[in-house]
Amino acid sequence: MTVSTRTPRTASRRGRRAGAPYSFLAPALILFTLFMAAPIAYAGYLSLRRVKISGLGLGAGARTEVWAGLSNYARSLSDPDFLPSVYRVGLYGLIVVPAMLGLALLMALLLDAGRTRVGTFSRTSIFLPYAVPAVVGSLLWGFLYLPRVSPVTDVLGKLGVTAPDVLTGNWTLWAVANIAVWGGTGFNMIVIYTSLRAIPTDLFEAARLDGASDKQIAFRIKIPIVTPSLIMTFVFSLIATLQVFAEPMTLKPLSNTISSTWTPLMKVYRDAFVRNDVYSAAATSVVIAVATFAVSFGFLKLVGNRAFNQEDA
Amino acid sequence: MKKTFAGVLATALLMTGAACSSSDDSDGGTPKPGEKVELTYWTWAPNMDKVVDGWNTAHPDIHVTVNKQDGGDPAVTKLLTAIKAGSGAPDVMQAEYQKIPTLVSANALADIAKESGGLKSKFPESAWTAVTLGGEALYGVPQDSGPMMFYYRTDVFAKLGLSAPKTWDDYAAAARRIHTADQKQYLGTFSANDPGWFAGLAQQAGASWWGVDGDTWSVAINDAATQKVANYWGGLVQEGAIDNKPMYTPEWNAALNDGTQVGWLSSVWGPGVLEGNAASTKGKWKAALLPQWDAAAPANGNWGGSATSVTTQSKHKAQAAEFIAWLNTDPAGIKALAGTANVYPAAVDSSAALTAPPAFLSDQSDFYTVAAEAAKITKPFTYGPDVNVAYSAYNDAFGKAAASKKSADFPAALATMQQTTVDDMKNTGFKIAG
Repeated sequence: MTVSTRTPRTASRRGRRAGAPYSFLAPALILFTLFMAAPIAYAGYLSLRRVKISGLGLGAGARTEVWAGLSNYARSLSDPDFLPSVYRVGLYGLIVVPAMLGLALLMALLLDAGRTRVGTFSRTSIFLPYAVPAVVGSLLWGFLYLPRVSPVTDVLGKLGVTAPDVLTGNWTLWAVANIAVWGGTGFNMIVIYTSLRAIPTDLFEAARLDGASDKQIAFRIKIPIVTPSLIMTFVFSLIATLQVFAEPMTLKPLSNTISSTWTPLMKVYRDAFVRNDVYSAAATSVVIAVATFAVSFGFLKLVGNRAFNQEDA
Repeated sequence: MKKTFAGVLATALLMTGAACSSSDDSDGGTPKPGEKVELTYWTWAPNMDKVVDGWNTAHPDIHVTVNKQDGGDPAVTKLLTAIKAGSGAPDVMQAEYQKIPTLVSANALADIAKESGGLKSKFPESAWTAVTLGGEALYGVPQDSGPMMFYYRTDVFAKLGLSAPKTWDDYAAAARRIHTADQKQYLGTFSANDPGWFAGLAQQAGASWWGVDGDTWSVAINDAATQKVANYWGGLVQEGAIDNKPMYTPEWNAALNDGTQVGWLSSVWGPGVLEGNAASTKGKWKAALLPQWDAAAPANGNWGGSATSVTTQSKHKAQAAEFIAWLNTDPAGIKALAGTANVYPAAVDSSAALTAPPAFLSDQSDFYTVAAEAAKITKPFTYGPDVNVAYSAYNDAFGKAAASKKSADFPAALATMQQTTVDDMKNTGFKIAG
């Protein structure tokens, strides 16, 4: 009797217990499904579809959606504008990532060394550009770049220097990269600075007693210890680079050099919203997403063990 | 990893976003007598809300709400997204003439031949063709037109003893003269940002970039007339007689204002733009007809101009058509369009509403006489279902050509534009001649 009354109770409690994690997970799962998984699946579906025209293609029923197989992918990858845009973004990344992370690390070390008297002020002012939306930042820089409206040109002109028109020719890539560095350094600096502050001070005291200079402390102790942060900021910067969009898109109307397919994401935008071809845009998005996954996970795999071993030590 | 899918996510969010901003016409069906009908109207013409106030006061049964749009391109993007989403489109929509085939092809515009077909006689043939696409259906009522006009600084011309160029040769000579006299000054610029501008110049030269024969399209972007225009501008850019920077940039605004751009090949709506961008030069400008290829046979092109259309999602087609007819053909509507929204009405009997010249050119009493002449000699032009593709190809190809400043790159850019347009149409499955 006792057994038979106890058993159902235990079972129901166990059942309730088993359900509990799922109800805690539910909000996150629902949001993830609605706003991440479903759109991704929809994009994947769209990338396999295309429009079919009948007759002149005018009026109701002239356009029908049909299966396209992988033809959108073939078209996306063989588009003569696609590879140059990938190549361009590669160059852009070679400029932006080292410059931005180098500056961020340098500033974080300087702030941490306590040499600057106005620490909080410097920290805030370095971080501030990150709070400026990319479009606003690009517009501001756009005004500084255009010779006739730029105060920089005026000042340089007074000094007898003719400022180059940076929105033409090879300068353009640097002009766009500059905006990204300006906007991104602050965020990365804060990440690195925070992990610098987490280093126990007795390490430095010991090093100082052993006669290490500030420079040696920085290179032998601080930088090795913050390597995981550097790796994290590197991966973030890599992803941001592959997805560069707002800056060149905002500068595009100001320059003959920036085409509508200047970066891969701009090509996605053009296909979807200028050419009304969401199908080929979806295919290119999927290609970009897969490439981003491959590059970031590949990199993490490459450095992962080393980075996390460091953290444990 | 969240940012990984930003592009994909944006597409999906835009779609849901558009669906949420749905118009409030969901009551459905024909309204009962005495019941008020609510219409939404997407437009970007200035002060259109005030124009519509006039309608709303006189028509208590049909209330129109203006939803101000950023401009022709973003409005079309939003409309097409709403059509794809199945809801969210307005009842009434301002649609640029060159976008009508694209919108009709996406089944975004309702056929209102039954409701508004009788208005044909009130519009010039070229404008009516643009809203019928040469067929039986009617996809809107012409609202405004944009006959091209040439604006120039009278003070600069007088100083150099120049007069308004009658031909393109005159224009080139004046451009050289002005730039030689002052290296900082240009008579104009070749703008790779403005395909509509270039299309208007090609139209003047006799081009019609698309054509229809039965159920087959033809594309003639790289035709002799447009080649002539491309070569002409390539030559001027290469020798440096005119500038190669795009229009509508802060740089260009500053140049108009500080007197380094002393001319503008624009359209009848030009004075409004000049007033906004170059206010300090008020009273120094004059409008003339575009320079001609053949002075004996004057011709012109359009830059801008739009119709008012009913969307396929509207549940009140009859009421929407009634409003559109008032806006574009009623004397009160035309007067408000011209006087309040500052557009150049497409209706033929709009001269009564257009007497005083625009404020920016208040000294030129014959402004609207010149404009009427410009409108009269405008050549016919057919737009195709992928104007957007051709126009974005123009941006890219001519952007490269303008940056290189080599005249040979201009006809090459035109060939690229033709190729891109034809490839897109073939790929989408349109039947193409040739």
